[in-house]
Amino acid sequence: MMHIQHEAEERHVLTVTVDNEAGILAKIAGLFTARGYNIDSLTVADITDNHAVSRITIVTHGPRSQIDQIHAQLERLVPVHKVVDLTEVGPHVARELALVKVAGVGDKRVEALRIAEVFRARPVDTTTESFIFEMTGAPDKIDSFVALMRDLGLVEVGRTGIVAMARGPQEA
Amino acid sequence: MSEERSGASILVESLVKQGVEFVFGYPGGAVLPIYDALFGDERLRHILVRHEAGAAHAAEGYARSTGKPGIVLVTSGPGATNAITGIADAYMDSIPMVVITGQVPTALIGSDAFQEADTVGISRHCTKHNYLVKDPSELAAVIDEAFQIATTGRPGPVLIDIPKDVQIATAVWSDGPVQRHQRYSPRTEGTSEEIRRAVEMIAAAKAPIFYTGGGIINAGPRATALLREFQAKTGAPVTSTLMGLGAFPADHPDWLGMLGMHGTYEANMAMNQADLIICLGARFDDRVTGRLDAFSPNSEKIHVDIDRASVNKTVQVDLPIIGDCAIVLEQMLVEWSSRKPQDLTAWKSSVEEWRGRKSLAYPANPQAIMPQLAIERLYELTKHKDPVISTEVGQHQMWAAQYFPFFSPNKWLTSGGLGTMGYGLPAAIGAQCGNPDGLVIDIAGDASIQMNIQELGTATQYRLPVKVFILNNEWMGMVRQWQELTYESRYSNSYSDSLPDFVKLAEAYGWKGIRIENEAELDAGIQAMIDHPGPVIVDCLVHKETNCFPMIPSGAAHTDMILYGDSVAGTMDDEAKALV
Repeated sequence: MMHIQHEAEERHVLTVTVDNEAGILAKIAGLFTARGYNIDSLTVADITDNHAVSRITIVTHGPRSQIDQIHAQLERLVPVHKVVDLTEVGPHVARELALVKVAGVGDKRVEALRIAEVFRARPVDTTTESFIFEMTGAPDKIDSFVALMRDLGLVEVGRTGIVAMARGPQEA
Repeated sequence: MSEERSGASILVESLVKQGVEFVFGYPGGAVLPIYDALFGDERLRHILVRHEAGAAHAAEGYARSTGKPGIVLVTSGPGATNAITGIADAYMDSIPMVVITGQVPTALIGSDAFQEADTVGISRHCTKHNYLVKDPSELAAVIDEAFQIATTGRPGPVLIDIPKDVQIATAVWSDGPVQRHQRYSPRTEGTSEEIRRAVEMIAAAKAPIFYTGGGIINAGPRATALLREFQAKTGAPVTSTLMGLGAFPADHPDWLGMLGMHGTYEANMAMNQADLIICLGARFDDRVTGRLDAFSPNSEKIHVDIDRASVNKTVQVDLPIIGDCAIVLEQMLVEWSSRKPQDLTAWKSSVEEWRGRKSLAYPANPQAIMPQLAIERLYELTKHKDPVISTEVGQHQMWAAQYFPFFSPNKWLTSGGLGTMGYGLPAAIGAQCGNPDGLVIDIAGDASIQMNIQELGTATQYRLPVKVFILNNEWMGMVRQWQELTYESRYSNSYSDSLPDFVKLAEAYGWKGIRIENEAELDAGIQAMIDHPGPVIVDCLVHKETNCFPMIPSGAAHTDMILYGDSVAGTMDDEAKALV
């Protein structure tokens, strides 16, 4: 009899600066599938005026040795300029944006708005029977907010996945 | 000088500028403009293969035997997909290669056009980098960068997909240096701190071993010379992976032979018992390490590799040095200066004891030619010609690695990482192009040779005098061996039924065919092969059930080798069966 063994896993946040060329996202996402790595979230947008460079934030989990491999494998892609393991670097800010649609009337509607204020979520669309709240924050804060909305008429949730940056004056 | 030229013409001029001599290719609809640009151009020699897989392997053989990048030119769709196996092979074995593929016109991309395939998508994970060029004005810079990427750092295949309209459309071409943004610059040198630590570890070791790989060959002949020099100063014994054979001379008293699954007893025992492993350009492949948790348990490990992703991938090392083997060896030699190693007498006497097991000894057989003997005789009769040897994949490949000694780099061409049957014949053709006056021999098996047998026609067409030496045992021998050792001799689909008459097949292609049926004919047959000025197939009938030993069975440690004469159970537990 044979059983599959599992190793202890860690969660890491990586930022990857890349040439903004065709296929780069497929290359990175494909690297993860081809080598059996996990992607928990991935965000990407260009960060320069001439649209030449993009910054990708990847949240992944896996055994320590695999995280190190992910770092090395990303670094060896030609269009990749830089890979930073923020979890390794130290304190960093990780933020996510969510849009949360809640429909309801009466007490539930009032309660949803009250809780949104506590969470500093902002209504960005309003009808007489619904709100779309926009909120940014750490992912677990968004989790809590969404959980509370579940009883108050939650319709749908859209999340960006996180963007992250090391704390302090220096570039990581 | 600058002028308007078509994309196809810019491609041809760029290849000439890169010093390309040979292009291995096959025409088709989506590369017709390029083939027209090649028409009558004598600066590039186009070798027309018979199947695109052959083009890619021929380019590999050319590259591995000359140290220069191999160039492949194939059409879109099936042309590109047929070449993929060879591209994946080059990726695994770090062979510099530039692959040009035709693509359907830009406007038809994504429309499921005739002979359309997503070549960039399909090749993404078996190329070091790839491009889809959408404007001929980008071509010169892309080709320039492609050659740099293919040949520097850890070498590998780079693919350039060029839609047909981009081949026809024009752009300004200048024969001056290409202006482009430089973005690829691999690290080549160790830091002085790393070098100092490495040298201290080597000088302090009582049981050190050099474990060398294909990285030494890729780092050029200087790396080979420096390895020999550094070994002479440190005295450590040397073993090598399959890909690294030839970097260290096989007749040196400190040479242990190849290590790993079919390596020698002394190489594997020395790896197991060493107190320091100095890994130079090898990557702790599963064929080398055997069972990971039992791999060299008491050693510190230094790993020199140009690819940071090769470090700590399977085996955790104590000191990684990211750099080119030649440069790092030179740095270590300077740092070593006039140091003296520890007294290695006890270590070397252990090595001699293991060597005394004579793990490559095999029983004599009066009835049939032992395959090992055939390789030994092939070596003895060809050694004065310093031949280039290619192989297919299987038992014959391992026997060639074990019994054909090498003394210099670039003489040994084999599919190591991917293990591609059908590699050897086209690789020999490519090697013969690069070494027109050399003796090039493909050591083959009866099953593997049939995988790219169509390339016999290529050698005929270009009068390439390659030799194919088939160890014919009428089996997919390595599959049969595993079935014997693992599945109680249930030989599921491993018998080579309906083999062609290789002598007649040779003759049908305009080759010479020689059959060797018994030991008395062996030397004369090999001699006749060497003496014939054109291409030759030798069909050497060998003992059918001989297994390739020594062997570390899958899931076993270096110390659990099967040698000749050991009895084997013929079964394995599921954990071992699940390993490749």
